[in-house]
Amino acid sequence: MTNTEQNQKPFEIPKEVDNQWCPGCGNFSILHTVKNSVRDLNWDPKNTVFVSGIGQAAKFPQYSGANYFNGLHGRPLPVATGIIASNPNLNVVVTSGDGDIYGEGGDHFIHAIRRNPNITLIVHNNMIYGLTKGQASPTSDIGLHTPTQPEGVYTEPINPIAMAISLGAPFVARASSGNPKHAQKIITEALQFKGLSIVDIFQPCPIFNKVNTYQWFNENTYILDEAYNPVDRVNAFEKALEMEKIPLGVIYKNDNRTTFEESIGTYDTNSKPLFERKVDFTVIKSLLEKRK
Amino acid sequence: MEINKLNDFTIVLAGQAGQGVDSVSNVIAHIFKKQGYNVYVAKDVMSRVRGGMNSVSIRISNDRKDAFVERIDLLVSFHIGGYKHLENRISSETVIMGIGDFSGVENEIEEIDFIKIAQEIGNRIFANTVAAGAVCGFFGINEEIPISQIKEFFARKGEEIVNKNIEAFKKGCATGSHIAFKLDKEFVISGRKDIENFVFMNGAEAVGFGALAGGCNMMSSYPMSPATGVLTFLAQNAKKCEILVDQATDEIGAINSTLGAWYAGARGMVTTSGGGFCLMTEAVSLSGITETPIVIHIAQRPGPATGLPTRTAQEDLNLVLYAGHGEFMRAIFSPGLPEDAYDLTAHAFDIADRFQIPVFVLTDQHFVDAVYCAPMDKFKEKEFKNHIEVTKKDYKRYELTDNGISPRGIPGNGDGLVMVDSDEHDEQGRITEDMEFLRPAMMEKRFFKRKKLLEEVALPPVLSGCEEYDTLVISWGTNKAVANEAVEKCSKDNIAHAYFPQLFPFNKEAKEIIKKAKKVVVVENNAVGQFANLLTQELGVPVDERILSCNGKPFSVEDLVEEFNNL
Repeated sequence: MTNTEQNQKPFEIPKEVDNQWCPGCGNFSILHTVKNSVRDLNWDPKNTVFVSGIGQAAKFPQYSGANYFNGLHGRPLPVATGIIASNPNLNVVVTSGDGDIYGEGGDHFIHAIRRNPNITLIVHNNMIYGLTKGQASPTSDIGLHTPTQPEGVYTEPINPIAMAISLGAPFVARASSGNPKHAQKIITEALQFKGLSIVDIFQPCPIFNKVNTYQWFNENTYILDEAYNPVDRVNAFEKALEMEKIPLGVIYKNDNRTTFEESIGTYDTNSKPLFERKVDFTVIKSLLEKRK
Repeated sequence: MEINKLNDFTIVLAGQAGQGVDSVSNVIAHIFKKQGYNVYVAKDVMSRVRGGMNSVSIRISNDRKDAFVERIDLLVSFHIGGYKHLENRISSETVIMGIGDFSGVENEIEEIDFIKIAQEIGNRIFANTVAAGAVCGFFGINEEIPISQIKEFFARKGEEIVNKNIEAFKKGCATGSHIAFKLDKEFVISGRKDIENFVFMNGAEAVGFGALAGGCNMMSSYPMSPATGVLTFLAQNAKKCEILVDQATDEIGAINSTLGAWYAGARGMVTTSGGGFCLMTEAVSLSGITETPIVIHIAQRPGPATGLPTRTAQEDLNLVLYAGHGEFMRAIFSPGLPEDAYDLTAHAFDIADRFQIPVFVLTDQHFVDAVYCAPMDKFKEKEFKNHIEVTKKDYKRYELTDNGISPRGIPGNGDGLVMVDSDEHDEQGRITEDMEFLRPAMMEKRFFKRKKLLEEVALPPVLSGCEEYDTLVISWGTNKAVANEAVEKCSKDNIAHAYFPQLFPFNKEAKEIIKKAKKVVVVENNAVGQFANLLTQELGVPVDERILSCNGKPFSVEDLVEEFNNL
């Protein structure tokens, strides 16, 4: 295949773009998996926006071959909410790390679930801070030794799956970059879901996290079988608490929530995205007349 | 009988939070406007929902007067503490009605217990209407118009409530006219006919109207006094105007959402006060590097930290000037009257869109809460242009152009991809660490070229007073009206006033106007003279005198007349 042909493949990026990830990083597998999913779904890159914060995972959009907004640490969820709310015709995907989404952006994680914008959130969860060189993340296990926790991590890790289910997130899934085939199935389902679909995807950090390796993830996770029914919230919550062996799959799913864009009223009588709307001065004038 | 021509009269209502002082002032203000008067209402409220002591000053005049005066002509006290609270604003001429501890006070006093009268009618809730009636009776206002307003106002509460309010109004009226009779005073009303063509609104609503006229179609904001009024106004009109308004869960989310909205082609604004804006500053920097437009309204209040949440200040100019790490351009506007807020907020949207920068509308508590009458014909339709380009296949969001402005595309509107990055980036929008060419080129584009462009379109100061001036008083924002009136009323002859609708960057006329004066005086509500310092820093002009106040109160006409006389 020549260079030009390669560039024509949707979501491919020019060859000269320098990838800043480390060799062996789980991000490569996630990038590849997400690209496979969006291609399978025939998404148009021109109509797709990847949104991220800061961190190694947050560099994902740079290599995605679509529109992107690579903003501030912790803030991709409000940015993505603003984008989808202004133009619901776009496909919006947030791809960022555990520090970005659960740490710096924890507040937004909670409230994005309440709002339920029609976006997909993919959290690259390597249980460590990569870009800042190996400090604990909100998902690091107790006891993990890091440069800033030399005696080991002393704070309880967050359980994002249980948290999301308890807050009423309508689509909560977990995947592992070590099993790209399964991950692709989950991500494809998440991308098709109407509402906020959350996929926490385990990835090893070969440089800084020597505990949660490919092998560790393989040994400590299992794939939920076909019989598992994700619509029962209490049951799903119980699943989310399983720690000895961590379940992978769609843990919880609720098709009955309305999206942010549907509930806010902006599109009730006018389906145009905001950029296509014009100022109607007669309305402003009538409001002014009432002030006389 | 003494006949007083009513051409400038201030009524002050005082009572506890929760007693309805605000709503009765609203009723009275509307009644007087209907009578043909210009009305200006300033609010002095405590940061609490019940109790304490609040007051509202209603200034009624034939000519347009939009400034706060200390003088109280009629005090209406709902609470025993009302008189004490306002003692230093009361002169021997002040007429007092209501309840209070008046021992040793020699003024004309009519003790009326509005609540007792209301209870006789059936409920203390009618006390406000009794008071409104008493004020109308005092001025001998024909009952007909106020009663029809009361009918309209209470219509949705049912016939019984309407009738009780009418009864309350009439009882109040009888008491009020009795006072005037006892004082042997009659007030001649000679209002202006054209007041029918004036609109009545507070500063926050004027900012909201300006936003709508400027094509604002998205707001995400977190409530914070005194800036919430803009959010409320837009939320209440969102359906009619087909715009999106969302109460954010914090300021950081608010501004990031709004940047996302602009990126997707919407025109968004945030409204906040100093503390909330502090939380937003990182995203101001994000607007700077990503060249994503945004309009930010800040209603200032005294700090530091929580400070005085319901009082006024101009302490955050420096914050707004320097907010956000790194170096990038911005523009700052400072409205003084509702028509300015309307024009400048609409203009802020155009400047933000054209130049792809953060633009600030800087107001304060006094301005956003004060209610003004402004001529309807000042609120004109704005020419609207959305500076969005349909992208081509090879679109580059940060294309290096001669003037530094890259055509702004949005996702899903053309064949190109729109890539924006908070990292330093190349023309495409991809991360770069090229410090030889790209970094300097991007700085040139974002900062130096923008600065030049923005200076070319900067608004000049507005001069009033003596044309051949020796002394030049300079004000910004909220002090426009009070400085104008004080310049008119002071004993100095060769004095003029320059109001700055834009604080940064400067129009080149500003320097000429200032250089013409022998003495330059800057009036502002902060401790150091932040704008005075900025004038010296940016224009190299010396400032001779600073008239400063940081006590949380607005300047009064009396304050400034005295200051100007002493110059």
